[in-house]
Amino acid sequence: MKALCWEGVNKLSVEQVPDPILRNDQDVIVRLVAGTTCGSDLHLIGGYIPFMRAGDVIGHEFVGEIVEVGSAVRRHSVGDRVVVCSFVGCGRCWYCTHDLWSLCDNTNTNPGIGQALFGADTGGIFGYSHAMGGLRGSHAEYVRVPFADYGAFTIPEGVDDASALFVSDSVPTGWMGADLGGVKPGDVVAVWGCGAVGQMAARAAILLGAERVISIDRIPERLEMTERFVGSEVIDYTSTDVGAELRERTGGRGPDVCIEAVGMEAHSDGPMHLYDQVKQQLRLQTDRPTAVRQAVHACRKGGTVFVLGVFAGAVDKFPLGAVINKGLTLRGAQMHGQRYIPMLLDRIAAGELSTSHLATHSVTLDEAPTAYDMFKHKSDGCVRAVIRPGH
Amino acid sequence: MPARKMLFAAAGLATGALVLRRLTARDTEPAGQDRWLVVTVQCDPDEVQPGKLPAPLQDFGDRIETRITPAPGDRGTEIAVRFREPQPEGTHSVIARISGDDPRQDLRLALREAKALLETGEIMRADAPPTTHDTPGGKLIGLLSRRAGGEGVL
Repeated sequence: MKALCWEGVNKLSVEQVPDPILRNDQDVIVRLVAGTTCGSDLHLIGGYIPFMRAGDVIGHEFVGEIVEVGSAVRRHSVGDRVVVCSFVGCGRCWYCTHDLWSLCDNTNTNPGIGQALFGADTGGIFGYSHAMGGLRGSHAEYVRVPFADYGAFTIPEGVDDASALFVSDSVPTGWMGADLGGVKPGDVVAVWGCGAVGQMAARAAILLGAERVISIDRIPERLEMTERFVGSEVIDYTSTDVGAELRERTGGRGPDVCIEAVGMEAHSDGPMHLYDQVKQQLRLQTDRPTAVRQAVHACRKGGTVFVLGVFAGAVDKFPLGAVINKGLTLRGAQMHGQRYIPMLLDRIAAGELSTSHLATHSVTLDEAPTAYDMFKHKSDGCVRAVIRPGH
Repeated sequence: MPARKMLFAAAGLATGALVLRRLTARDTEPAGQDRWLVVTVQCDPDEVQPGKLPAPLQDFGDRIETRITPAPGDRGTEIAVRFREPQPEGTHSVIARISGDDPRQDLRLALREAKALLETGEIMRADAPPTTHDTPGGKLIGLLSRRAGGEGVL
């Protein structure tokens, strides 16, 4: 079959790879209908997560049709139209049974790497390096889905593929930031980043009752999209002082909850960006935490900062003093998608949540390398490129 | 070598150094006595009997000691194992672990597999083949991946 493979730093190509097979009785094989580019893929492509092998298939956010089921699969059958959670959860370890699915104990087949780096291994994720289990990704004609009874969700009638696609990863990630960030009625919430995850975090905050939600970015198309489809206020950080603007809009307090949806390749203006770029390129720090620093400084005393963006290792000049002296709660997580996906599909069916606008471009698998380049450079107004292997 | 590739290789080496530091950290265990290797399994203590452990652990027979205790706070059951006979220590241990010859790697892997079998009824297998073509960097990642099942902080 054809698949989009990582061939080296900033090098993608469409290659022939073996068809997936059932490796366990609880697996299914899914024929891809659509997948999407994700900002976290850029960290892999750029070599910031150094656990990729040439030939690895990337992609983790997808919908498709089940074409083969293992003998122990109970909740699915051939022909089911499914959205699949990007993280694989076994459904029965302590973490899965406590709705902390991305921390699953049994789905990362290379646990020693995560344990050496982080002190504990995460669950497995499709197409996201050998540190995260080495599973093949979804930018292919077919993909194997382990523990499918827990990670594949039948798409309800009335929800189209384009809307369901983003429920695989970006919508639950955003929702989790607002939910575990503790957003409650009356709060003022600030969200850094107007990509798909940031937009969904902002929408979740609104649906959870926040009084005001303010989103921060620099790309005009994304700011406009966030205002129009999400209903959030926006700040263009290239034309104003974000900290001063947030203080002015929050009565001098600062936001109650700050959600960072940017990640390890954050962009900013000013000398700190240059400093972070140099340190990251020299591998003196692995990640650029620009937006996290800003969120920590902007947050009100006693507030919460939730880190949704993907970070891989160590950062420099982290304002720990502000965390302590302002009494902040700092949280983060990879996404516990299985916890939210059924509820999110219901909300989309009910018209409370719009996701299809995120799909600004649609391409074939052969066009995927070009689509990732466009996505990386945010050219042509690209927010997400949908990759359709069957076309 | 282009600068980007050199940086990527440097990152790999730095990670390797970190893993090596983890490996060598175990050198400080008391002489003559292996530390217990422990996992917590999400099941009732009654469901885990020393004589009826899943096959990966049962296969070690009398070569290992086993300790089964309830985990605090309703967190399941702790299974601890260690070899009865002393295993390689110090520099010998580091060399054995890098070459994949340290018996504790097999025991660590068996412990993880036993937990998976008790909780899910199967051991999740990686996709195969792991990649379609190899490069020097890919071979290094492949080696780390092969060791990873028997390594870590467990």
